[in-house]
Amino acid sequence: MHPAPSIIIFTTLSGLGYGLAVVLGLGLLDPATLATKIAHVLAIAMIGAGLMSSTLHLGNPQRAWRALSQWRSSWLSREGVMSIVTFVPLLWSAWVCVIESRYLALPGLAGSVLSLATVFCTAMIYTSLKSVQAWHTPLTPACYLLFAAAGGLVVASLFAFAGGGNASLLAVLAAVALMAAWIAKTAWRRNMLTLVPISTPETATGLGAIGKVRLFERPHVMENYLTHEMGFKIARKHAAKLWGIAVVLGGAVPVVALLVLAIVGQVSSAIAAMFACVALLSHIIGMLTERWLFFAEARHAVMNYYNG
Amino acid sequence: MTSLPALPTPKKLGLVIDLDVCVGCHACVVNCKEWNTGGYGAALSDQDPYGADVSGAWLNRIHTFEVVPQGGEIVGEAGEARIVHFPKSCLHCEDAPCVTVCPTGASYKRADDGIVLVDEDMCIGCGLCAWACPYGAREMDLAAGVMKKCTLCIDRIYNETIAEIDRQPACVRTCPANARHFGDLADPSSAVSIMVAERGGMDLMPEQGTRPVNKYLPPRARKPLASSTPLPKEDTTGATGFFAWLDDMLDRI
Ligand code: SF4
Ligand code: SF4
Ligand code: SF4
Repeated sequence: MHPAPSIIIFTTLSGLGYGLAVVLGLGLLDPATLATKIAHVLAIAMIGAGLMSSTLHLGNPQRAWRALSQWRSSWLSREGVMSIVTFVPLLWSAWVCVIESRYLALPGLAGSVLSLATVFCTAMIYTSLKSVQAWHTPLTPACYLLFAAAGGLVVASLFAFAGGGNASLLAVLAAVALMAAWIAKTAWRRNMLTLVPISTPETATGLGAIGKVRLFERPHVMENYLTHEMGFKIARKHAAKLWGIAVVLGGAVPVVALLVLAIVGQVSSAIAAMFACVALLSHIIGMLTERWLFFAEARHAVMNYYNG
Repeated sequence: MTSLPALPTPKKLGLVIDLDVCVGCHACVVNCKEWNTGGYGAALSDQDPYGADVSGAWLNRIHTFEVVPQGGEIVGEAGEARIVHFPKSCLHCEDAPCVTVCPTGASYKRADDGIVLVDEDMCIGCGLCAWACPYGAREMDLAAGVMKKCTLCIDRIYNETIAEIDRQPACVRTCPANARHFGDLADPSSAVSIMVAERGGMDLMPEQGTRPVNKYLPPRARKPLASSTPLPKEDTTGATGFFAWLDDMLDRI
Protein backbone atom coordinates (compact mmCIF):
# COMPACT_ATOMS: atom_id res chain seq x y z
CA MET A 1 0.00 0.00 0.00
CA HIS A 2 1.12 3.54 -0.73
CA PRO A 3 2.67 5.05 2.41
CA ALA A 4 1.01 8.49 2.32
CA PRO A 5 2.98 10.93 4.52
CA SER A 6 -0.21 12.59 5.79
CA ILE A 7 -1.52 9.30 7.20
CA ILE A 8 1.84 8.25 8.63
CA ILE A 9 2.19 11.59 10.42
CA PHE A 10 -1.44 11.43 11.56
CA THR A 11 -1.23 7.97 13.12
CA THR A 12 2.15 8.68 14.73
CA LEU A 13 1.27 12.08 16.16
CA SER A 14 -2.23 11.23 17.29
CA GLY A 15 -0.93 7.96 18.79
CA LEU A 16 1.59 9.90 20.88
CA GLY A 17 -0.97 12.55 21.81
CA TYR A 18 -3.63 10.06 22.89
CA GLY A 19 -1.02 8.02 24.76
CA LEU A 20 0.05 11.10 26.67
CA ALA A 21 -3.59 11.94 27.34
CA VAL A 22 -4.08 8.46 28.83
CA VAL A 23 -1.17 8.98 31.25
CA LEU A 24 -2.38 12.46 32.19
CA GLY A 25 -5.91 11.17 32.63
CA LEU A 26 -4.68 8.59 35.12
CA GLY A 27 -3.22 11.41 37.19
CA LEU A 28 0.33 10.10 36.97
CA LEU A 29 1.80 13.61 36.69
CA ASP A 30 1.61 16.33 39.33
CA PRO A 31 -0.99 18.88 38.13
CA ALA A 32 0.60 21.71 40.06
CA THR A 33 3.81 21.74 38.00
CA LEU A 34 4.50 23.74 34.88
CA ALA A 35 5.74 20.60 33.10
CA THR A 36 2.37 18.89 33.51
CA LYS A 37 0.51 21.95 32.28
CA ILE A 38 2.67 21.97 29.14
CA ALA A 39 2.08 18.23 28.75
CA HIS A 40 -1.69 18.80 28.71
CA VAL A 41 -1.40 21.43 26.01
CA LEU A 42 1.05 19.31 24.02
CA ALA A 43 -1.23 16.26 24.08
CA ILE A 44 -4.10 18.27 22.64
CA ALA A 45 -1.80 19.95 20.11
CA MET A 46 -0.44 16.62 18.87
CA ILE A 47 -3.93 15.15 18.56
CA GLY A 48 -5.17 18.25 16.76
CA ALA A 49 -2.21 18.37 14.39
CA GLY A 50 -2.62 14.69 13.65
CA LEU A 51 -6.29 15.07 12.83
CA MET A 52 -5.60 18.08 10.60
CA SER A 53 -2.92 16.11 8.79
CA SER A 54 -5.38 13.29 8.19
CA THR A 55 -7.70 15.63 6.29
CA LEU A 56 -4.88 16.61 3.92
CA HIS A 57 -5.29 13.54 1.76
CA LEU A 58 -9.03 14.06 1.27
CA GLY A 59 -10.28 14.99 -2.18
CA ASN A 60 -12.97 17.27 -0.72
CA PRO A 61 -11.92 18.24 2.84
CA GLN A 62 -14.64 20.93 3.05
CA ARG A 63 -17.17 18.12 3.42
CA ALA A 64 -15.20 16.28 6.11
CA TRP A 65 -18.01 16.83 8.64
CA ARG A 66 -20.07 14.30 6.69
CA ALA A 67 -17.68 11.61 7.88
CA LEU A 68 -19.33 11.76 11.31
CA SER A 69 -22.58 10.29 10.05
CA GLN A 70 -21.95 6.60 9.40
CA TRP A 71 -20.73 5.42 12.80
CA ARG A 72 -23.13 2.47 12.64
CA SER A 73 -21.09 0.72 9.96
CA SER A 74 -17.81 2.55 9.34
CA TRP A 75 -14.72 2.49 11.58
CA LEU A 76 -13.47 5.65 9.91
CA SER A 77 -16.67 7.41 10.91
CA ARG A 78 -16.41 5.99 14.45
CA GLU A 79 -12.88 7.31 14.67
CA GLY A 80 -14.09 10.77 13.68
CA VAL A 81 -16.91 10.74 16.22
CA MET A 82 -14.70 9.39 18.99
CA SER A 83 -11.95 11.92 18.34
CA ILE A 84 -14.43 14.76 18.76
CA VAL A 85 -16.10 13.25 21.84
CA THR A 86 -12.66 12.69 23.38
CA PHE A 87 -11.82 16.38 23.10
CA VAL A 88 -14.47 17.18 25.73
CA PRO A 89 -12.83 15.45 28.74
CA LEU A 90 -9.34 16.28 27.43
CA LEU A 91 -10.08 20.01 27.26
CA TRP A 92 -11.82 19.84 30.62
CA SER A 93 -8.83 18.11 32.24
CA ALA A 94 -6.42 20.52 30.59
CA TRP A 95 -8.42 23.50 31.84
CA VAL A 96 -8.57 22.16 35.39
CA CYS A 97 -4.83 21.50 35.38
CA VAL A 98 -3.58 24.60 33.59
CA ILE A 99 -5.87 27.11 35.28
CA GLU A 100 -6.58 25.52 38.64
CA SER A 101 -3.55 23.23 39.06
CA ARG A 102 -5.86 20.39 39.95
CA TYR A 103 -6.48 16.86 38.77
CA LEU A 104 -10.08 15.72 38.43
CA ALA A 105 -10.70 11.98 38.28
CA LEU A 106 -13.93 12.16 36.29
CA PRO A 107 -12.70 13.95 33.14
CA GLY A 108 -9.29 12.34 33.64
CA LEU A 109 -10.46 8.75 33.56
CA ALA A 110 -13.07 9.46 30.89
CA GLY A 111 -10.34 11.04 28.76
CA SER A 112 -8.09 8.01 29.21
CA VAL A 113 -10.77 5.54 28.21
CA LEU A 114 -11.97 7.59 25.25
CA SER A 115 -8.40 8.18 24.05
CA LEU A 116 -7.78 4.45 23.95
CA ALA A 117 -11.12 3.93 22.21
CA THR A 118 -10.17 6.45 19.53
CA VAL A 119 -6.85 4.73 18.89
CA PHE A 120 -8.72 1.44 18.72
CA CYS A 121 -11.06 2.87 16.06
CA THR A 122 -8.09 4.07 14.00
CA ALA A 123 -6.56 0.60 14.14
CA MET A 124 -9.87 -1.01 13.22
CA ILE A 125 -10.05 1.00 9.99
CA TYR A 126 -7.09 -1.05 8.80
CA THR A 127 -7.98 -4.27 10.61
CA SER A 128 -11.43 -4.38 9.01
CA LEU A 129 -10.03 -4.53 5.47
CA LYS A 130 -10.02 -8.14 4.36
CA SER A 131 -8.48 -7.00 1.08
CA VAL A 132 -5.22 -6.25 2.91
CA GLN A 133 -4.50 -9.54 4.60
CA ALA A 134 -1.49 -8.35 6.62
CA TRP A 135 -3.71 -5.83 8.44
CA HIS A 136 -6.66 -8.15 8.91
CA THR A 137 -5.59 -9.53 12.30
CA PRO A 138 -6.38 -8.71 15.96
CA LEU A 139 -2.66 -8.04 16.33
CA THR A 140 -3.15 -4.75 14.46
CA PRO A 141 -5.25 -3.03 17.16
CA ALA A 142 -3.06 -4.65 19.83
CA CYS A 143 0.01 -2.99 18.28
CA TYR A 144 -1.68 0.39 17.83
CA LEU A 145 -2.89 0.44 21.44
CA LEU A 146 0.43 -0.70 22.89
CA PHE A 147 2.39 1.77 20.78
CA ALA A 148 0.10 4.61 21.84
CA ALA A 149 0.50 3.68 25.51
CA ALA A 150 4.26 3.27 25.18
CA GLY A 151 4.68 6.54 23.27
CA GLY A 152 2.52 8.37 25.79
CA LEU A 153 4.61 7.01 28.66
CA VAL A 154 7.84 8.07 26.94
CA VAL A 155 6.54 11.63 26.53
CA ALA A 156 5.20 11.58 30.10
CA SER A 157 8.61 10.44 31.42
CA LEU A 158 10.20 13.40 29.72
CA PHE A 159 7.80 15.76 31.50
CA ALA A 160 8.27 13.88 34.77
CA PHE A 161 12.05 14.33 34.55
CA ALA A 162 11.41 17.99 33.83
CA GLY A 163 9.78 18.19 37.24
CA GLY A 164 6.28 16.90 36.61
CA GLY A 165 6.19 13.88 38.88
CA ASN A 166 7.57 10.46 39.79
CA ALA A 167 10.07 10.15 36.94
CA SER A 168 11.59 6.78 37.82
CA LEU A 169 8.21 5.10 37.97
CA LEU A 170 7.12 6.52 34.62
CA ALA A 171 10.43 5.67 32.97
CA VAL A 172 10.16 2.05 34.09
CA LEU A 173 6.53 1.88 32.96
CA ALA A 174 7.53 3.36 29.60
CA ALA A 175 10.30 0.80 29.16
CA VAL A 176 7.94 -2.06 29.97
CA ALA A 177 5.27 -0.73 27.60
CA LEU A 178 7.83 -0.28 24.83
CA MET A 179 8.99 -3.86 25.21
CA ALA A 180 5.42 -5.14 25.17
CA ALA A 181 4.62 -3.07 22.08
CA TRP A 182 7.62 -4.31 20.14
CA ILE A 183 6.94 -7.91 21.13
CA ALA A 184 3.40 -7.53 19.74
CA LYS A 185 4.73 -5.82 16.64
CA THR A 186 7.28 -8.58 16.05
CA ALA A 187 4.45 -11.11 16.21
CA TRP A 188 2.46 -8.93 13.79
CA ARG A 189 5.32 -8.83 11.32
CA ARG A 190 5.98 -12.56 11.57
CA ASN A 191 2.31 -13.11 10.81
CA MET A 192 2.60 -10.86 7.75
CA LEU A 193 5.74 -12.53 6.43
CA THR A 194 4.45 -16.07 6.84
CA LEU A 195 0.82 -15.75 5.86
CA VAL A 196 -0.48 -17.79 2.96
CA PRO A 197 -2.31 -15.37 0.63
CA ILE A 198 -6.03 -16.17 0.63
CA SER A 199 -6.38 -14.65 -2.82
CA THR A 200 -4.12 -15.51 -5.76
CA PRO A 201 -4.09 -14.68 -9.47
CA GLU A 202 -5.93 -18.00 -9.90
CA THR A 203 -8.81 -17.12 -7.57
CA ALA A 204 -8.86 -13.51 -8.77
CA THR A 205 -9.45 -14.57 -12.36
CA GLY A 206 -11.30 -17.80 -11.66
CA LEU A 207 -8.95 -19.42 -14.18
CA GLY A 208 -7.16 -21.64 -11.70
CA ALA A 209 -9.07 -24.66 -12.99
CA ILE A 210 -7.19 -24.35 -16.29
CA GLY A 211 -3.75 -23.78 -14.89
CA LYS A 212 -1.27 -21.29 -13.56
CA VAL A 213 -2.25 -17.66 -14.22
CA ARG A 214 0.25 -14.96 -15.17
CA LEU A 215 -0.40 -11.39 -16.24
CA PHE A 216 0.32 -11.08 -19.96
CA GLU A 217 -0.70 -7.50 -20.60
CA ARG A 218 -1.76 -4.70 -18.27
CA PRO A 219 -4.94 -2.79 -19.09
CA HIS A 220 -2.94 0.36 -19.78
CA VAL A 221 0.79 0.80 -20.15
CA MET A 222 1.06 3.65 -17.66
CA GLU A 223 0.50 3.67 -13.92
CA ASN A 224 -3.04 4.28 -12.68
CA TYR A 225 -4.76 5.17 -9.41
CA LEU A 226 -4.85 1.52 -8.37
CA THR A 227 -1.20 0.74 -9.03
CA HIS A 228 -0.18 4.01 -7.40
CA GLU A 229 -2.39 3.59 -4.35
CA MET A 230 -2.13 -0.17 -3.84
CA GLY A 231 0.84 -1.30 -5.89
CA PHE A 232 3.56 0.19 -3.72
CA LYS A 233 6.44 -2.22 -3.45
CA ILE A 234 9.55 -2.09 -1.39
CA ALA A 235 12.63 -4.21 -1.92
CA ARG A 236 12.90 -6.92 0.71
CA LYS A 237 16.46 -6.03 1.65
CA HIS A 238 15.44 -2.43 2.35
CA ALA A 239 12.40 -3.56 4.30
CA ALA A 240 14.63 -5.71 6.53
CA LYS A 241 17.00 -2.79 7.13
CA LEU A 242 14.19 -0.35 7.86
CA TRP A 243 12.66 -2.85 10.27
CA GLY A 244 15.99 -3.02 12.08
CA ILE A 245 16.14 0.78 12.25
CA ALA A 246 12.57 0.93 13.56
CA VAL A 247 13.26 -1.62 16.31
CA VAL A 248 16.50 0.01 17.41
CA LEU A 249 15.36 3.64 17.30
CA GLY A 250 11.75 3.05 18.26
CA GLY A 251 12.37 0.42 20.93
CA ALA A 252 15.94 -0.39 22.02
CA VAL A 253 17.33 3.16 22.33
CA PRO A 254 14.46 4.62 24.39
CA VAL A 255 14.21 1.50 26.58
CA VAL A 256 17.91 1.61 27.47
CA ALA A 257 17.93 5.38 27.92
CA LEU A 258 14.88 5.36 30.18
CA LEU A 259 16.07 2.43 32.28
CA VAL A 260 19.45 4.10 32.78
CA LEU A 261 17.67 7.29 33.82
CA ALA A 262 15.41 5.39 36.18
CA ILE A 263 18.39 3.74 37.89
CA VAL A 264 20.69 6.76 37.99
CA GLY A 265 17.78 8.83 39.17
CA GLN A 266 17.58 12.58 39.39
CA VAL A 267 21.22 13.52 38.99
CA SER A 268 20.23 16.81 37.55
CA SER A 269 16.74 17.40 36.35
CA ALA A 270 17.90 19.34 33.27
CA ILE A 271 20.33 16.65 32.12
CA ALA A 272 17.80 13.91 32.81
CA ALA A 273 15.14 15.76 30.83
CA MET A 274 17.51 16.23 27.92
CA PHE A 275 18.37 12.56 27.96
CA ALA A 276 14.65 11.71 28.01
CA CYS A 277 14.16 14.10 25.12
CA VAL A 278 16.71 12.18 23.06
CA ALA A 279 14.86 8.97 23.95
CA LEU A 280 11.62 10.53 22.73
CA LEU A 281 13.08 11.80 19.44
CA SER A 282 14.59 8.41 18.77
CA HIS A 283 11.22 6.80 19.51
CA ILE A 284 9.42 9.15 17.12
CA ILE A 285 11.82 8.42 14.27
CA GLY A 286 11.45 4.71 14.95
CA MET A 287 7.66 5.02 14.97
CA LEU A 288 7.58 6.94 11.68
CA THR A 289 9.66 4.15 10.16
CA GLU A 290 7.38 1.52 11.66
CA ARG A 291 4.27 3.26 10.27
CA TRP A 292 5.89 3.68 6.86
CA LEU A 293 6.57 -0.06 6.76
CA PHE A 294 3.04 -0.81 7.98
CA PHE A 295 1.79 0.59 4.68
CA ALA A 296 4.70 -0.11 2.37
CA GLU A 297 4.91 -3.81 3.17
CA ALA A 298 1.18 -4.59 3.10
CA ARG A 299 -0.04 -6.20 -0.10
CA HIS A 300 -3.51 -5.51 -1.46
CA ALA A 301 -5.59 -8.25 -3.10
CA VAL A 302 -6.02 -6.19 -6.28
CA MET A 303 -2.35 -6.76 -7.03
CA ASN A 304 -3.34 -10.26 -8.09
CA TYR A 305 -4.53 -8.57 -11.28
CA TYR A 306 -1.28 -6.67 -11.73
CA ASN A 307 1.38 -9.32 -11.08
CA GLY A 308 2.36 -7.39 -7.98
CA MET B 1 -26.68 5.21 4.73
CA THR B 2 -23.76 2.86 4.31
CA SER B 3 -25.31 -0.16 5.95
CA LEU B 4 -26.14 -2.74 3.31
CA PRO B 5 -29.81 -3.44 2.51
CA ALA B 6 -31.18 -5.65 5.30
CA LEU B 7 -32.99 -7.99 2.94
CA PRO B 8 -31.70 -9.53 -0.28
CA THR B 9 -32.52 -7.08 -3.05
CA PRO B 10 -35.53 -8.21 -5.12
CA LYS B 11 -33.54 -7.58 -8.28
CA LYS B 12 -29.84 -8.20 -8.73
CA LEU B 13 -28.85 -6.30 -11.82
CA GLY B 14 -25.43 -7.16 -13.11
CA LEU B 15 -23.20 -8.30 -15.91
CA VAL B 16 -22.24 -11.71 -17.20
CA ILE B 17 -18.91 -11.67 -18.97
CA ASP B 18 -17.92 -14.48 -21.29
CA LEU B 19 -14.18 -15.11 -21.07
CA ASP B 20 -14.42 -17.57 -23.94
CA VAL B 21 -15.57 -14.85 -26.30
CA CYS B 22 -13.84 -11.62 -25.26
CA VAL B 23 -11.17 -10.69 -27.78
CA GLY B 24 -9.67 -7.90 -25.71
CA CYS B 25 -10.53 -5.14 -28.15
CA HIS B 26 -11.13 -2.49 -25.44
CA ALA B 27 -14.22 -1.18 -27.23
CA CYS B 28 -16.23 -1.53 -24.00
CA VAL B 29 -13.53 0.37 -22.09
CA VAL B 30 -13.64 3.28 -24.49
CA ASN B 31 -17.41 3.40 -24.71
CA CYS B 32 -17.66 3.24 -20.92
CA LYS B 33 -15.34 6.21 -20.59
CA GLU B 34 -17.17 8.08 -23.32
CA TRP B 35 -20.62 7.57 -21.83
CA ASN B 36 -19.65 8.15 -18.24
CA THR B 37 -17.56 11.24 -18.83
CA GLY B 38 -20.67 13.02 -20.02
CA GLY B 39 -23.29 11.30 -17.88
CA TYR B 40 -23.85 10.63 -14.19
CA GLY B 41 -21.68 12.75 -11.90
CA ALA B 42 -18.36 14.46 -12.49
CA ALA B 43 -16.54 13.96 -15.78
CA LEU B 44 -13.99 11.14 -15.81
CA SER B 45 -10.83 13.19 -15.85
CA ASP B 46 -7.43 12.36 -17.28
CA GLN B 47 -4.22 13.73 -15.87
CA ASP B 48 -1.50 14.91 -18.26
CA PRO B 49 -3.58 13.51 -21.15
CA TYR B 50 -1.20 14.52 -23.93
CA GLY B 51 1.99 14.29 -21.92
CA ALA B 52 4.47 11.57 -21.15
CA ASP B 53 2.88 10.59 -17.84
CA VAL B 54 -0.74 10.15 -18.85
CA SER B 55 -3.21 8.60 -16.45
CA GLY B 56 -6.91 8.82 -15.78
CA ALA B 57 -9.95 7.33 -14.16
CA TRP B 58 -11.52 4.33 -15.91
CA LEU B 59 -14.43 2.25 -14.69
CA ASN B 60 -13.71 -0.78 -16.81
CA ARG B 61 -10.30 -2.15 -17.66
CA ILE B 62 -9.21 -5.17 -19.69
CA HIS B 63 -6.35 -7.25 -18.39
CA THR B 64 -4.89 -10.08 -20.41
CA PHE B 65 -3.69 -13.23 -18.71
CA GLU B 66 -1.74 -16.21 -19.84
CA VAL B 67 -2.90 -19.48 -18.32
CA VAL B 68 -0.50 -22.40 -18.45
CA PRO B 69 -2.00 -25.82 -17.77
CA GLN B 70 -0.05 -28.27 -15.65
CA GLY B 71 2.82 -29.62 -17.72
CA GLY B 72 2.08 -27.11 -20.47
CA GLU B 73 4.80 -25.14 -22.14
CA ILE B 74 5.03 -21.41 -22.73
CA VAL B 75 6.41 -21.14 -26.23
CA GLY B 76 4.39 -18.40 -27.81
CA GLU B 77 1.76 -19.56 -30.21
CA ALA B 78 3.09 -23.07 -30.50
CA GLY B 79 2.64 -23.95 -26.83
CA GLU B 80 -0.20 -25.01 -24.60
CA ALA B 81 -0.49 -21.67 -22.81
CA ARG B 82 -3.78 -19.96 -23.22
CA ILE B 83 -4.41 -16.24 -23.54
CA VAL B 84 -7.53 -14.99 -21.76
CA HIS B 85 -8.73 -11.41 -22.09
CA PHE B 86 -10.28 -10.33 -18.86
CA PRO B 87 -12.61 -7.32 -18.55
CA LYS B 88 -12.98 -6.05 -15.01
CA SER B 89 -15.42 -3.51 -13.58
CA CYS B 90 -17.50 -3.27 -10.40
CA LEU B 91 -19.19 -6.57 -9.57
CA HIS B 92 -22.00 -4.91 -7.56
CA CYS B 93 -21.32 -7.27 -4.65
CA GLU B 94 -24.10 -8.34 -2.30
CA ASP B 95 -21.78 -8.02 0.71
CA ALA B 96 -20.01 -4.96 -0.61
CA PRO B 97 -17.16 -3.99 1.75
CA CYS B 98 -16.75 -0.70 -0.15
CA VAL B 99 -20.18 0.38 1.09
CA THR B 100 -19.86 -0.41 4.79
CA VAL B 101 -16.47 1.29 5.23
CA CYS B 102 -17.65 4.62 3.81
CA PRO B 103 -17.74 7.23 6.60
CA THR B 104 -20.06 9.68 4.85
CA GLY B 105 -22.89 7.62 3.43
CA ALA B 106 -21.77 8.52 -0.09
CA SER B 107 -21.24 4.88 -0.99
CA TYR B 108 -24.45 2.88 -1.00
CA LYS B 109 -26.18 -0.18 -2.41
CA ARG B 110 -29.67 0.34 -3.80
CA ALA B 111 -32.26 -1.76 -2.01
CA ASP B 112 -34.42 -2.35 -5.09
CA ASP B 113 -31.95 -3.45 -7.78
CA GLY B 114 -28.68 -3.94 -5.90
CA ILE B 115 -26.66 -1.41 -7.89
CA VAL B 116 -23.73 -0.01 -5.90
CA LEU B 117 -23.34 3.74 -6.38
CA VAL B 118 -21.45 6.76 -5.05
CA ASP B 119 -23.30 9.98 -4.28
CA GLU B 120 -20.62 12.38 -5.41
CA ASP B 121 -22.06 15.35 -3.53
CA MET B 122 -21.44 13.52 -0.26
CA CYS B 123 -18.10 11.89 -1.06
CA ILE B 124 -15.08 13.43 0.68
CA GLY B 125 -12.60 11.51 -1.44
CA CYS B 126 -11.01 9.64 1.45
CA GLY B 127 -10.30 6.64 -0.75
CA LEU B 128 -11.13 4.06 1.91
CA CYS B 129 -13.75 2.36 -0.26
CA ALA B 130 -11.15 1.79 -2.97
CA TRP B 131 -8.94 0.12 -0.36
CA ALA B 132 -11.83 -2.05 0.76
CA CYS B 133 -12.66 -3.35 -2.72
CA PRO B 134 -10.50 -6.39 -3.42
CA TYR B 135 -11.15 -6.10 -7.16
CA GLY B 136 -9.82 -2.62 -7.84
CA ALA B 137 -13.19 -1.53 -9.17
CA ARG B 138 -13.10 1.99 -7.74
CA GLU B 139 -10.85 4.78 -8.89
CA MET B 140 -10.55 8.30 -7.54
CA ASP B 141 -11.18 11.10 -9.97
CA LEU B 142 -8.16 13.25 -9.24
CA ALA B 143 -9.70 16.39 -10.72
CA ALA B 144 -13.02 16.26 -8.86
CA GLY B 145 -11.65 14.55 -5.75
CA VAL B 146 -14.51 12.08 -5.64
CA MET B 147 -14.68 8.33 -6.02
CA LYS B 148 -15.79 6.95 -9.40
CA LYS B 149 -17.11 3.50 -10.14
CA CYS B 150 -19.28 1.59 -12.58
CA THR B 151 -22.92 2.68 -12.21
CA LEU B 152 -24.15 -0.14 -14.43
CA CYS B 153 -25.07 2.83 -16.64
CA ILE B 154 -28.00 3.67 -14.42
CA ASP B 155 -28.64 6.65 -16.68
CA ARG B 156 -29.14 4.31 -19.66
CA ILE B 157 -30.88 1.25 -18.29
CA TYR B 158 -33.84 3.20 -16.89
CA ASN B 159 -33.73 5.97 -19.47
CA GLU B 160 -37.04 6.17 -21.30
CA THR B 161 -35.82 8.91 -23.61
CA ILE B 162 -33.55 6.55 -25.53
CA ALA B 163 -34.55 3.64 -27.76
CA GLU B 164 -35.32 0.47 -25.86
CA ILE B 165 -32.48 -1.40 -27.53
CA ASP B 166 -30.05 1.13 -26.01
CA ARG B 167 -31.28 0.67 -22.44
CA GLN B 168 -28.27 -1.43 -21.59
CA PRO B 169 -24.90 -0.55 -20.09
CA ALA B 170 -22.63 1.14 -22.64
CA CYS B 171 -20.10 -1.70 -22.50
CA VAL B 172 -22.73 -4.34 -23.23
CA ARG B 173 -24.25 -2.33 -26.05
CA THR B 174 -20.90 -1.78 -27.74
CA CYS B 175 -19.20 -5.17 -27.41
CA PRO B 176 -18.63 -6.38 -30.98
CA ALA B 177 -18.05 -9.96 -29.87
CA ASN B 178 -21.16 -10.24 -27.66
CA ALA B 179 -19.00 -11.15 -24.70
CA ARG B 180 -20.98 -9.00 -22.27
CA HIS B 181 -24.55 -9.53 -21.10
CA PHE B 182 -26.74 -7.51 -18.78
CA GLY B 183 -29.73 -8.69 -16.79
CA ASP B 184 -31.33 -9.62 -13.49
CA LEU B 185 -29.36 -12.35 -11.78
CA ALA B 186 -32.00 -12.72 -9.07
CA ASP B 187 -34.47 -14.02 -11.65
CA PRO B 188 -33.60 -17.65 -12.43
CA SER B 189 -35.46 -17.48 -15.73
CA SER B 190 -33.56 -14.45 -17.06
CA ALA B 191 -31.23 -14.99 -20.03
CA VAL B 192 -28.20 -14.14 -17.91
CA SER B 193 -29.16 -16.58 -15.14
CA ILE B 194 -29.67 -19.38 -17.68
CA MET B 195 -26.30 -18.61 -19.23
CA VAL B 196 -24.65 -18.74 -15.81
CA ALA B 197 -26.34 -22.06 -15.01
CA GLU B 198 -25.43 -23.64 -18.34
CA ARG B 199 -21.84 -22.47 -18.53
CA GLY B 200 -20.86 -22.70 -14.87
CA GLY B 201 -20.63 -18.96 -14.29
CA MET B 202 -18.21 -18.15 -11.49
CA ASP B 203 -17.46 -15.57 -8.79
CA LEU B 204 -14.13 -13.79 -8.63
CA MET B 205 -12.26 -14.20 -5.32
CA PRO B 206 -15.15 -15.94 -3.52
CA GLU B 207 -12.83 -16.22 -0.50
CA GLN B 208 -13.12 -12.48 0.07
CA GLY B 209 -16.73 -13.02 1.08
CA THR B 210 -18.10 -10.20 -1.09
CA ARG B 211 -20.66 -12.32 -2.96
CA PRO B 212 -20.36 -10.59 -6.33
CA VAL B 213 -23.47 -10.26 -8.50
CA ASN B 214 -21.49 -10.15 -11.77
CA LYS B 215 -20.52 -13.57 -13.04
CA TYR B 216 -17.76 -14.72 -15.37
CA LEU B 217 -18.23 -17.57 -17.82
CA PRO B 218 -15.05 -19.65 -17.95
CA PRO B 219 -13.30 -20.25 -21.28
CA ARG B 220 -14.47 -23.48 -22.91
CA ALA B 221 -12.13 -26.45 -22.83
CA ARG B 222 -9.65 -26.47 -25.68
CA LYS B 223 -8.08 -29.59 -27.14
CA PRO B 224 -4.33 -29.83 -26.74
CA LEU B 225 -2.32 -28.60 -29.72
CA ALA B 226 -0.81 -32.04 -30.27
CA SER B 227 -4.21 -33.53 -31.01
CA SER B 228 -5.17 -30.90 -33.60
CA THR B 229 -5.25 -31.95 -37.26
CA PRO B 230 -1.66 -31.51 -38.46
CA LEU B 231 -0.96 -29.35 -41.52
CA PRO B 232 -0.54 -31.48 -44.70
CA LYS B 233 3.07 -32.51 -45.29
CA GLU B 234 4.89 -31.86 -48.58
CA ASP B 235 4.46 -35.07 -50.56
CA THR B 236 4.29 -35.55 -54.35
CA THR B 237 4.32 -39.35 -54.52
CA GLY B 238 1.17 -40.65 -56.11
CA ALA B 239 0.76 -37.67 -58.47
CA THR B 240 -0.54 -38.71 -61.88
CA GLY B 241 -0.97 -37.29 -65.38
CA PHE B 242 -0.02 -33.65 -65.93
CA PHE B 243 0.99 -33.09 -62.30
CA ALA B 244 3.29 -36.13 -62.34
CA TRP B 245 4.94 -34.80 -65.50
CA LEU B 246 5.23 -31.27 -64.05
CA ASP B 247 6.68 -32.65 -60.80
CA ASP B 248 9.21 -34.64 -62.78
CA MET B 249 10.17 -31.65 -64.98
CA LEU B 250 10.55 -29.26 -62.03
CA ASP B 251 12.72 -31.78 -60.23
CA ARG B 252 15.07 -31.85 -63.26
CA ILE B 253 15.70 -28.10 -63.54
S1 SF4 C 1 -16.62 -4.89 -6.97
FE1 SF4 C 1 -15.63 -3.61 -5.45
S2 SF4 C 1 -16.58 -1.61 -5.73
FE2 SF4 C 1 -17.93 -3.09 -6.69
S3 SF4 C 1 -19.41 -3.67 -5.11
FE3 SF4 C 1 -17.76 -5.19 -5.05
S4 SF4 C 1 -16.36 -4.42 -3.50
FE4 SF4 C 1 -17.68 -2.69 -4.07
S1 SF4 D 1 -14.01 8.01 -1.12
FE1 SF4 D 1 -16.12 8.79 -0.97
S2 SF4 D 1 -17.41 6.99 -1.38
FE2 SF4 D 1 -15.36 6.24 -0.89
S3 SF4 D 1 -15.35 5.82 1.32
FE3 SF4 D 1 -14.59 7.92 1.07
S4 SF4 D 1 -16.41 9.22 1.21
FE4 SF4 D 1 -17.14 7.12 0.86
S1 SF4 E 1 -15.86 -4.95 -26.10
FE1 SF4 E 1 -16.31 -7.12 -25.71
S2 SF4 E 1 -14.68 -8.22 -26.79
FE2 SF4 E 1 -14.00 -6.08 -26.62
S3 SF4 E 1 -12.79 -6.07 -24.73
FE3 SF4 E 1 -14.87 -5.49 -24.15
S4 SF4 E 1 -15.85 -7.43 -23.55
FE4 SF4 E 1 -14.00 -7.96 -24.68
